[in-house]
Amino acid sequence: MRNALRRVIPQLVTLAALVALISVFFPDVLRIEVMDGRLVGPVMDILKRGAPVGLLAIGMTLVIATRGIDLSVGTVMAITGAVAAWSITQGYGLGGALVLALLAGVAAGLWNGTLVAIAGIQPIVATLILMTSGRGIAQLVTEGRILTFSHEGLAFFGSGTLLGVPVPAVLWGATAIGVALLMTRTALGMLIEAVGVNRSAASLAGANARVLIVAVYVTSGLCAALAGIVATADIRGADANNAGLWLELDAILAVVIGGNSLLGGRFSIAASVLGALIIQTVDTGILLAGFPSDYNLVIKAGLVLLILVVQSPNLAHRWYALRRTAREQRKAAMTSAKEPGE
Amino acid sequence: MLLTTRSLTKTFPGAKALDSVDFGLAAGEVHALLGENGAGKSTLIKCLTGAYTRDSGDIALDGAPISPRSTSEAQELGIGTVYQEINLLPNLTVAQNLTFGREPTRFGMVDGHAQRRRAETMLEGYGIDIDVSRDLAAYSVAVRQIVAIARAVALSGKVLILDEPTASLDAREVATLFNVLRGLRDRGLGIVFVSHFLDQVFELTDRVTVLRNGRKVVTENTADLDRVRLIEHMLGHALEDEVSTRARTGGATARPDLLRFEGYGRPGRIEPFDLSVGKGEVLGLAGLLGSGRTESAELMFGVTPAQTGAATDAGGMLDLSSPRAAIAAGFGFAPEERKEDGIVADLSVRENIVLALQARRGWARPIPRAEQLRLAQMYIDRLDIRTSGPEQPVGDLSGGNQQKVVLARWLAMTPRFLILDEPTRGIDVGAHAEILRLIRHLAADGMSILVISSELDELIAVADRVIVVRDRRHVAELAGADITSDTIVRAIAAPDAKPTEAAQ
Repeated sequence: MRNALRRVIPQLVTLAALVALISVFFPDVLRIEVMDGRLVGPVMDILKRGAPVGLLAIGMTLVIATRGIDLSVGTVMAITGAVAAWSITQGYGLGGALVLALLAGVAAGLWNGTLVAIAGIQPIVATLILMTSGRGIAQLVTEGRILTFSHEGLAFFGSGTLLGVPVPAVLWGATAIGVALLMTRTALGMLIEAVGVNRSAASLAGANARVLIVAVYVTSGLCAALAGIVATADIRGADANNAGLWLELDAILAVVIGGNSLLGGRFSIAASVLGALIIQTVDTGILLAGFPSDYNLVIKAGLVLLILVVQSPNLAHRWYALRRTAREQRKAAMTSAKEPGE
Repeated sequence: MLLTTRSLTKTFPGAKALDSVDFGLAAGEVHALLGENGAGKSTLIKCLTGAYTRDSGDIALDGAPISPRSTSEAQELGIGTVYQEINLLPNLTVAQNLTFGREPTRFGMVDGHAQRRRAETMLEGYGIDIDVSRDLAAYSVAVRQIVAIARAVALSGKVLILDEPTASLDAREVATLFNVLRGLRDRGLGIVFVSHFLDQVFELTDRVTVLRNGRKVVTENTADLDRVRLIEHMLGHALEDEVSTRARTGGATARPDLLRFEGYGRPGRIEPFDLSVGKGEVLGLAGLLGSGRTESAELMFGVTPAQTGAATDAGGMLDLSSPRAAIAAGFGFAPEERKEDGIVADLSVRENIVLALQARRGWARPIPRAEQLRLAQMYIDRLDIRTSGPEQPVGDLSGGNQQKVVLARWLAMTPRFLILDEPTRGIDVGAHAEILRLIRHLAADGMSILVISSELDELIAVADRVIVVRDRRHVAELAGADITSDTIVRAIAAPDAKPTEAAQ
């Protein structure tokens, strides 16, 4: 537990620094009010808006831990969102819509996982196929238009609250905790890490690398399906062209800001989720600080660059070496200062 | 002497790759450098070409001390290298490859005519007639090899080092290459020839230097050597280890059969073989590199499943179609390439030890943390694994300790049949003896073990029976008092050996 906490210290410090920075421009950033039985404030806004990227980052962390990458998650959001909206308009009811959307996510994950683990295609290429073609599938489902619906049950997943907390935030938190517990309480975490570090050695030791790799892509598809449901529910409609657009890149960024290596191996769900939180805090913070919206992307790029440079292992090493030499010099100076006196 | 090294030493964490090696290359000779995997051949070459920096010792070229810090520096000094995977650019033309980095220019632009002329001049005397303006990719590996040699000779011109140059050539291409090499030798170049094809060594080279375990064993004129003596040098026969003095008991007593492989084989990997494994027996598998030792092991463990024959135990047929199936049948396999196939470097000693056990139990039934720590601590104590603790990443340990972790992984499974491929490769002497003792100990407790090794003394020390593999066939089986370095070497070097190209 203490190790897990130590692992996420850089992300927590980054988040705290960001909040401090935003509060210079917008002092009320941490204020939370109760309004009509729901919690309102910038923090709640960040938690709610960060849900899609946060959900994607959970699945992406596992995929990256196996030395893979899933570029299709943004597109899968569009597909699953379209399936959910279509099912509701066809009258399958809330349960049917959710099940069908989740099944679509599982199918996407199976497709990616099969290409990677069994056909042996490089993950970046394998998932690129669905990334580029999947929006076409979503358009077929929505028949090329924005498929709107009015169903309070489904809309609840986007704009409802549970005990005052926005439902997307609850979904995000619960999924993160659930997956993290599944990884640490069972042997899945270790087996996934072993396959990611050295697939050949793990297979020779009897780990079922193929099944594990398919499973992480399915998990990623499921997370994308949840994100797709949230996004569709939020706008009460399915937009095949824009739902989840470019979010796969934000999800990868969240995993990277979380300090997880793109070369696979050791991973931390908590750190990735904090990474997603950091990205959303940057986004929301820029708005709160009142910068003209033209500057948003430039400021975001600058902040992300700064965060990654500060966290870079090379720099940490330099920094450590610099401090050590400074300490030694100080010590040397002190002893030489003492000597004449003796 | 053209190029000499004196007490050249290079140490890697946990292992001495080169231990005071003296090596001399004369002008106008082809000098073979031989040794099994891990003997130190490539480390020696890399020290000579500046890819590695030596720890101590001297290198002298034409009597003057040199310390190349990069391959390009070595090239300027006169030492050129051609590696097995040729370092040329197949998408450029032959002429561009030959003049790369030193293109003739005219008004600041590359002069295509002069470039082609220069390339043609460079290829003169190599006996190949090719169009230098075509892409290198259009030509065969043999031609590319010769182009690479021509480039290396033109750039350096004193010493040419060839690392396994014939590995992907057919017999006719080898003959062409050898003609080229003889021509270069007659022009006064010193050529270092690394190969594991002994026939080619006898055909081409003037002198031979054999390395084993990072030390030079011998340098002799090729004409004064015969096959048997050479293999003896490569595999070693001096029984210097304490373990080897073990009294050979029980060699004759019949053991109940544990496993039986019949007609077990796979075309292209290993010819069908019959093999019975007794309970508590240590089987040795001897043979030269590439002879089919590892292939036999991989077949038995399902890494590459057998296509003919069957494996049976007392209960009937065994499914060995994958490592998982083999593990379910009670098999274990510590592979030869420890770093690539054995350890999971970023994971801790504890996780590496419990990995196979956990994989067998399935993901849903995690081994409790306390139990994992108990297992790890038990094997750290029992095998004397030198680590700062069970949570240290395995990648930080020395080679010998990594090997012990892989062993511990399998011991934790209590397999009935354990395959160890080169269990002592790259391990220091102390750990070496410990591992051999452990093998005997495990066999005494009833485990059947198959040991693959390039070191004859090792096999003689531990094995109850030795199978000899040559040209992807099991050619001999020695037992009891018949297991001597002499009998093994004779079986490996048998006179009816097929041409080595067949081993491709």
